[in-house]
Amino acid sequence: MTDRLAHQSTRNQQFWRQFRRHRGALIGGVVFAIIVLGVLLGPMIWTIDPGYPDIRARNQGVSWLHPLGTDQLGRDTLARLMAGGRSSISVGMMAMVLSIGLGCLIGMAAGFFKKLDGPLMRLTDLFLALPLLPLLLVIMMLFREPLSRSIGPQAGIFVLIVFAIGITSWMPTARVVRGEVLGLKERDFIRAARAIGATNYSILKQHIAPNILSPIIVSATLGIATAIITESALSFLGLGFPPDFPTWGRQLSDATIYMQDYPGRVFWPGLAISLTVLSVNYLGDGLRDALDPRQQNLRK
Amino acid sequence: MLTYITRRLVLSVPTLLLIALIIFLLLELAPGDPMAQMPLTISAEVREQMRQALGLGEPAPIRFWNWLVQFFWIEPQVMIDNLFGTSLAEGKPRIISWQHHAPVMDIIWQRLPQTLWVVGSAYILGILIALPIGIYQAYRQYSVFDQAGTFVTLVGYSIPPFFTGPLLIVLFSVQLGWFPFVYDTTHQVSDWESFTFQVKQMILPVMVLSLQTTAQISRYMRASMLDNLDQDYVRTARAKGLSEARVVISHVLRNSMIPVVTVIALGMPAIFGGAIITEKVFGVNGIGAQLIGAIQANDLPTVQTLTFIFAVLIVFANIVADILYGVLDPRIRYD
Repeated sequence: MTDRLAHQSTRNQQFWRQFRRHRGALIGGVVFAIIVLGVLLGPMIWTIDPGYPDIRARNQGVSWLHPLGTDQLGRDTLARLMAGGRSSISVGMMAMVLSIGLGCLIGMAAGFFKKLDGPLMRLTDLFLALPLLPLLLVIMMLFREPLSRSIGPQAGIFVLIVFAIGITSWMPTARVVRGEVLGLKERDFIRAARAIGATNYSILKQHIAPNILSPIIVSATLGIATAIITESALSFLGLGFPPDFPTWGRQLSDATIYMQDYPGRVFWPGLAISLTVLSVNYLGDGLRDALDPRQQNLRK
Repeated sequence: MLTYITRRLVLSVPTLLLIALIIFLLLELAPGDPMAQMPLTISAEVREQMRQALGLGEPAPIRFWNWLVQFFWIEPQVMIDNLFGTSLAEGKPRIISWQHHAPVMDIIWQRLPQTLWVVGSAYILGILIALPIGIYQAYRQYSVFDQAGTFVTLVGYSIPPFFTGPLLIVLFSVQLGWFPFVYDTTHQVSDWESFTFQVKQMILPVMVLSLQTTAQISRYMRASMLDNLDQDYVRTARAKGLSEARVVISHVLRNSMIPVVTVIALGMPAIFGGAIITEKVFGVNGIGAQLIGAIQANDLPTVQTLTFIFAVLIVFANIVADILYGVLDPRIRYD
């Protein structure tokens, strides 16, 4: 009975079966979901204001009042972790959306239109040859003041970070997408669609886009991890969000000053970053296995 | 092969010029004024003189041209002067740092050894650890060692250096007190004792950097070994009665190393980028720290020059990787 069901399983069910088999991916997905839910819903339960300085309760250790202690200004570490997670994860998500969007656009254009292929791929190569971390730092230094003056310090830096990470990380996606499109373009079903008079736009939308979804999903997942690390690195180097705005990287960087006296304070934001990135990487690995039909046959 | 190398080198010139232009335009278009930090009491006249002194009087294309001439023509002459005691570059304008009022390249040459020591030894150590791990993982695929190795490399891949750094400092410097937790850049190696101190202070930063390298390269090594292990020529080698060590080391490993060597070449500039963070964590006074300092001080000539040097490293690593691929793999023909 179950065998027959398995035979009739649709693509979705097959995907789930394959995904569940990858235990690391399942755990990764669950951990990531818990972290996201925790930082989203956590502040409703744990209602201490992350920005409220309780000077008399500063530098406290673990207690019932402050489960993870307080920092040098008496701000609650747990509340700050949740607030920091919100900004770190939302920066990661938005930057990933931007970078995947750009990558898909450029990759599809390069793969589909022969005339654009050369110039766009040279552009991709050029971007790959740029020293990205130094350039990111330069962009942050040069544009943070004017942007934060025009749309407010926090919104300005948010837009700037998302934009900067997005335009420096689309290249791998563009290459993968171009490769997939090039392979698909010569297949019979695309020719058939063209023969019945489908326009370029509808071929791209109806036939090509659904078929290149799997690699895009995988690189999107891995993109979140890279974006979170990059944002934390920028904040750690002091070129990210302003000091009063909690993000994981910023908290880690603030805590390193007090590392000798309060080593525990470095631990929590660092653990949060690492756990998030690790779970997302495992999730991406599992998705790659589950979505790639060539690997499915090999893995039996 | 020679024609290929020449062609690649010639083609890299426009790429590098374009990159230099992009960096220049980025710094140029940025809405920031180097005089913004100056006190308001300075009169407009003096302000204008200061701008002239910083070389800001000329229009942008001329300043870009000046920078190119200084970087590609005058600085090599200075290098030749220093090496052979000639005086080719005497009196010629060099790239001057706004922050230190000294030639940018001199500061870079002072600081480069610090970075190279830490980054170089970390990279070599990382590779030396990564290769055996990757080989054994692939040889015993799906074994406990393989699973554990995959987990450890994924962890090493996911934990950012700005967390492993403080973590190792807390563990080894604060708790155990084995190693100093701030890198002493003025330290001179003169005898055995100072040498051991140098080794001791290098251990933590090298550990942080090599963890990243190990994680990346052992993954590649494992994948590349797996690609080769079930090939026909391996079966032939076993059928001939060669020992298992012979089969793995001289047949499989040699073929698997081809892509790995190119990855190693490609990864070199990236580790310089990673060193920016590690240098900040441990207070190593290298070129990464110089870049951060210049960025914070709005020292545009230093930023431009250093960023461009990073770009040169990337472009040449790419060329080296491609050439190595051609040399190692006889199936690749570039002509």
